[in-house]
This record gives sequence, C-alpha cells and structure tokens, in this order.
Amino acid sequence: MRVHVDPEKCQGHNRCYALAPELFDVDDLGNAFELNDGVVPPALEDKARRAVANCPEYAISISE
Amino acid sequence: MTTQHPPVENWATDFDHTDPQWVADPYPIWDELRSSCPVAHSERYGGTWLPLRHEDVSAIAYDTEHFTSRSVVVSEVRPGPDDLPAPIGLAPPITSDPPFHALARRLLLPAFSPRRIDALEPFTRQLCVELLDAAAGRTELDAAVDYAQHIPLRVIVRMLGFPQEDADVFRRFVRMVLEDVDQSPEERQAVVEEGELDAYMDARIAEHLADPQDDLTSFLLDAELDGHKLEPAHVRGTMVLLMIAGIDTTWSAIGASLWHLAQSPADRRRLVDEPDTMATAVEEFLRAYAPVTMARLVAKDFDFQGQRLKEGDWLLLPFPAANRDPDFFPDADQVRIDRAENRHAAFGLGIHRCIGSNLARMELRVALEEWMRRYPDFELTDPGQVTWSAGQVRGPRCVPVRVLRGD
Repeated sequence: MRVHVDPEKCQGHNRCYALAPELFDVDDLGNAFELNDGVVPPALEDKARRAVANCPEYAISISE
Repeated sequence: MTTQHPPVENWATDFDHTDPQWVADPYPIWDELRSSCPVAHSERYGGTWLPLRHEDVSAIAYDTEHFTSRSVVVSEVRPGPDDLPAPIGLAPPITSDPPFHALARRLLLPAFSPRRIDALEPFTRQLCVELLDAAAGRTELDAAVDYAQHIPLRVIVRMLGFPQEDADVFRRFVRMVLEDVDQSPEERQAVVEEGELDAYMDARIAEHLADPQDDLTSFLLDAELDGHKLEPAHVRGTMVLLMIAGIDTTWSAIGASLWHLAQSPADRRRLVDEPDTMATAVEEFLRAYAPVTMARLVAKDFDFQGQRLKEGDWLLLPFPAANRDPDFFPDADQVRIDRAENRHAAFGLGIHRCIGSNLARMELRVALEEWMRRYPDFELTDPGQVTWSAGQVRGPRCVPVRVLRGD
C-alpha cells in the first residue's frame, strides 16, 4: 500500500500528520507530504485509511 | 445600543442570524432549511443568502471567482467595490482574494505550523492549571467565564507580545467587531470612525518599532513582500485579525465542549477511563459545535442551486450547518466522541482554511485535558442560565456548573 498527498488539494488541516505521523509530515507552511515515498508498512495500513477518511479536502489517496 | 430587528417568522425567506431563536438553538432551523430550500434567502442586511448542505457550502468555499472575501462579517454596512483597500482587504489574508491572498497567507503560515504551536503547549497547560487553581475549593463555577474565555485570549496576547493586563480591552474589541452586527449603519460607522481599535494597534506597533521583540508583532513589522516591508495598514489589519479571530472562536469551542460534557455522564466517564479518546473527541466537538460561520460577497451574478445570486449580495457560509448535514455525516445530530471518520469543516475548506487551526486544536485539547483532570464529574447548575453569543461565532458565554467530584 502507498499513500499520496495531492499538494494542490492539501490546505494544511494537519489531520493526517496528527493521526499518522509515521506516514506523513508537514513543512513550515503546514502542508502535508508523505514519508518514505508513501510506502505503508502492513502494520500501519489502518492508520493510512484513517488519515484518508479524515482529510477534509480529499487530498490523500491510497494505491494498493 | 443595538437596533431591534423584528422577529423572524419565515426562516426560508426572512432568516436573521442574530434572531434570539437562532442564537438559542440554530440546529433545528438549519435542518429544516437544508431539507426544504436548500439555499435560503433573506432581505435583511441588504440581501443575504444561506446555503445549508455540505455540498453547497463546500462548492462556495472553493469558488473564489464568483465569491469574494472582501468582507467576511455580515452587517448593515455592506462595503462597495471601492470602499476597501484592494487587494489587501481590511484584515489580510482572511479578507484577501487570489492572487494576493496566497502571498499574505504564506507570510503568516510558518508562525502557526504544528511545530511552532507545539512549543506553546507548556504555556497553555500552565495557564489552564492556574485558572483552575484560582477556582480551587469552589463547588460552583462558570466554565465559560472563569475558564474558557481566558485561555485563547492570554495565548494570543502572548503571541502578539501585548500587555497581559489588556485582556478586558481585547474582550470589548471582540464584541464590537463580531457581536454588534445588528447595529444600524450609522451606529456601526461611528464605531469605526472613532478609531479606538486602530489607535490601540498603532500604539502597540510604535512600541515594537522602538523596541523589537521576539513575537508576532515584530515578525510582521519585519516581514517583506516582494522586497518591501508590509504597508502599515496591512500589519495593523493582520494584527486585528489575529486578535479577533484567535479569541472568540476557541473560547466558543472550549465552552461548547464543556457544556456538552456537563450534560453527558457517559462521555465524561469515557474520557476519564480512556484518555486516548480525547483525540477523536476534540474533532467531534469541533464538528458538532463548530463555532465559525464565515461570509462572502457575491462577486458577480451567478446562478446557484436554482437561485439567482446578484453581485454585491451577502452570503453566509455556515460551516457549522455543513457539519450537521446527514447526507455527509452518519448520525450528524449525534455527538460520537469516538467518531473514526470525520472530515469536518470547522476550520473551513479551501484556500482560507483557518490559519490558527493548529493553535485552536491544541488549546481545546489542553483545556479539556486539564479540566477533566481537575473535575472528572460536573453538571450544569441550571440549563436555563446558559447563554449563547449572537452573530457568526457561536459559543456559550455563561456555563454555570456544579462540581460533583473534584480531584
């Protein structure tokens, strides 16, 4: 599984970073980006899905 | 000293967000309008629109072509195209439109990044403890007056580097800008022309120019756009924005959350027994009791959901109503503090996402953690004594509670 943050859609709500700091980080402007090329370890797949499901801007996508 | 508006009789054609019925409990009004309209219109304030569905609120928030943020507080004074300092607006970046908006916002964002806000947590926690200590031994206190209102106020005063003893002055400014919106145009104009708020800010700016500090005010005075220092009107407008937007809103969120907890023994018990639930609880309180309704002016005539929106019309952008849309949130009218999927719009959507959202969220979480640690069990003294603010920021202004079990 991989996660991807669309920088055009992200408005810096910071929900993904709060829910899954192992998978996402934010820059100085508060915009999110995926860590480790977006690769999600199996143990963190639930967290990844939760991050997706809580983004108000629909900025995060998952590819399996 | 406000003009009395006649009571609303038909919410679909004559709504008024300062009407006592709306102020006391807007949710049934929104639910009814959402299923019947779904975009309501009122002649009040010179013509105002009100979308209710998440889908519509969201579409308008993203549409900066047909809607301008030049003024974001609906009142009897509707600014014309040339009345405000384009493209900045009175309080950049909230009152700015693209493309200037992005520049003004970019400037401020680093000061409100998660890491910068994390650094303020110890100060905030200490402040909460002190407020609770000040009420120690009392079995009755007011969760809004004695606790919630002081927290965001003192944090933003510290961030701006203003004197802590100016708290009362600040409270009055906030009321002036956000709550006295039903004043007549003459009354409101007189307040603006008196210039007290600008004079206060100018005095703080002068102090900081003479003696720069490590705070937001000096940061703004030192900041540059396109190689030039910001214009004084820009600095002052942004300071007013941070002061006003940073206080009433979070005070409302903390107060509404404590108001909810005072009435929900099950949620109190759960937060005490399973403190990790606080993370989802904070988001759920923000969804269910979102304090902030924004506003736009229609920038050009536009057909929207079967209505003809005319250039210059006001439009209320009720994120709190979007957060209660049952087509978007299952059990939208229920507070579920463990709600796992919660794309709430309490901080807005699109380019104007609340710049202080990380700060507000931290303050709300810390305020609730410290309150619950001190008072795991409490109830409303008298639900009839709870009062709510009028205008676009909704929150309880009096929440008298009785302590059932103190720590």
